[in-house]
Amino acid sequence: MLAGRLAPWCAGLAAVLAALGLWLGFFVAPADAVQGEVYRVIFIHVPAAWMSMFIYLLMAFWSAVGLVMNTRMSFLLARALAPTGAMFCFVALWTGALWGRPTWGAYWAWDARLTLQLLLLFLYFGFIALTRAIAEPNRADRAGALIALVGAVNVPVIYFSVQWWSTLHQGASVSFSRAPSMAATMLAGMLTMALAAWAYSVAVVLWRVRPMILVRERHADWVVRLLAEERV
Amino acid sequence: MLECCDLACVRGDRLLFQRLSLRLGPGESLRVAGPNGAGKTSLLRLVAGLARAEAGEVRWQGASIRQQAEDFRGALLYLGHAAAVSAQLTALENLRFACAVAGLAVDQDACVAALARVGLGGALDLPLAALSQGQRRRAGLARLFLAASRTLWVLDEPFTALDAEAVRLLAAQLAKHCAAGGMVMFATHQDVDVDLGHACRVLDLGDFVGERGRAC
Amino acid sequence: MLRVFLAVLRRELLLVWRERVDVLVTLAFFVIVTGLFPFGVGAGAGQLRAIAPGVLWVAALLSVLLSLHRLFERDFAEGTLEQLLLSPEPAVLWVLAKMVAFWLAAGLPVVVAAPVLALAFDLDPAGLPVLAAALALGTPSLALVGALGAALTLGLRGGGMLLALIVLPLFVPVLIFGAGAVEAEISGVGARAHLLLLGGILAAALALAPPACVAALRMVND
Repeated sequence: MLAGRLAPWCAGLAAVLAALGLWLGFFVAPADAVQGEVYRVIFIHVPAAWMSMFIYLLMAFWSAVGLVMNTRMSFLLARALAPTGAMFCFVALWTGALWGRPTWGAYWAWDARLTLQLLLLFLYFGFIALTRAIAEPNRADRAGALIALVGAVNVPVIYFSVQWWSTLHQGASVSFSRAPSMAATMLAGMLTMALAAWAYSVAVVLWRVRPMILVRERHADWVVRLLAEERV
Repeated sequence: MLECCDLACVRGDRLLFQRLSLRLGPGESLRVAGPNGAGKTSLLRLVAGLARAEAGEVRWQGASIRQQAEDFRGALLYLGHAAAVSAQLTALENLRFACAVAGLAVDQDACVAALARVGLGGALDLPLAALSQGQRRRAGLARLFLAASRTLWVLDEPFTALDAEAVRLLAAQLAKHCAAGGMVMFATHQDVDVDLGHACRVLDLGDFVGERGRAC
Repeated sequence: MLRVFLAVLRRELLLVWRERVDVLVTLAFFVIVTGLFPFGVGAGAGQLRAIAPGVLWVAALLSVLLSLHRLFERDFAEGTLEQLLLSPEPAVLWVLAKMVAFWLAAGLPVVVAAPVLALAFDLDPAGLPVLAAALALGTPSLALVGALGAALTLGLRGGGMLLALIVLPLFVPVLIFGAGAVEAEISGVGARAHLLLLGGILAAALALAPPACVAALRMVND
């Protein structure tokens, strides 16, 4: 029940941080010397990309914990994390496309990093689709955990192969090395946004996991008591 | 000795049974009864270790079957409601494969003899696709005539699709197994008149539904 | 211990033999998919030569994918899978036997047919042995990883699509190194590195996929 009390605080924190980050990003930080105003997409793009990868790791971690320790909570956490991760992954790709158009002249480039992000999105989709398709909750938990782990084992292999592939195929790869001397406000804005993404994820995951716990433990005594109290 | 302690089983949104405890000693048999959907198959699958119980545990010779899975499987013979035979293979091929998988050391002659016992002696070389439903069922049951070394038999609806003579034959085999100190646990939804030669206990799953209202 | 491996392998191959038309269907699918590309992109010799390795690999991957659902489905329906899961022998052995039989039925014909089809794409003859070697090393990995996907989606509604969604991202590395091997050989770089990497992937898949597959099959009944 700690989750219930924690979630609104995290949501509030997320809103405040996001507002601060956006303000820093869009109004305080100076325009980039090369890219002009367009670069400001970075304040959403980079935190989303970070978050999407981190959430996958977290998901795999909870899956491993669940399979080894046989704890139901960790499966539920992994399943609650997946949609948020997929959302960030999608946001990163979408903002990346919006950013790519004016800077590279194309919405999409078959660059290693982009391709990897796309494959990560597919891994998320696979996880979500599999857990949704299985009606029996025990099997859904475990099968999802297994595919999350398999994905996590494969991510380095995929990363390596895609890197290899893109160096082979692209003469002049569209690499964008981030400016080494990044303005302090830019960095501050980005970090604030990253924190906002964190707080948002925690809030959403907690919110999502609460009803899942209630549904799953509906035969347990404490849930029955809780429901009885609600009714009174 | 097989023991089930406080088993509970949930399928989908429904609590099938809970607080189910039973024990089965050498020479005993147990018939699991109950209407369709009462959880007979689920119970047998829990006992065989194919499914995970919502609560409680199954013990074999005093220890949980999860902790000694290989020993337990070495003592178990399970027949599901599907006959576990392939329609493209002959009865003999099916039986030899089943014995190899179960780790039963039997030779070709023993398999042929077992098939003759269940009345398939004349159809050894036909793919099962060419045989009737009842004959396929017999081909699946033939392994019971080679599995005396397995102490615990768990059979799901063994009498379906069998004619009167085959039912008698099967009942005699079950009785023989119990007389030799084995244990038999089987499920039937209809009241089959089976003479096992001794008092067969009956477990009615309807008795364990208890507080079903809480399940929804 | 070996007995159960051999028994399962023997039964699977017997079943493949009794239904050998399925192998031909897989092969025909492979040929047709490859044959579609010239219609789509034009039959200029230079163009076909450039896309040949990729086309052959994608077609091989799809034919393996489309046969995958057969791997456990029938055993699941007829109750044999329960018997296998209850075998006192180590489950990794019979899972491996099923995977080997599957590859012999669905992978090997593709490996044999690919060099012949490559000739129709006017691929440099120097690339043919490498193409066959890369497929021989790569398709077993596809079968191993694919079997895991088949086990995870066993018995589910719309399992085929789901299987593709789960398995295809995992096929990407094999596709990259497999098609890359042929291109590297033709361009003169040499395919050694690619083939070694494919071998490495196969070794890893051989070690990890069977136990994971067993775990997934046990979940089916949970």
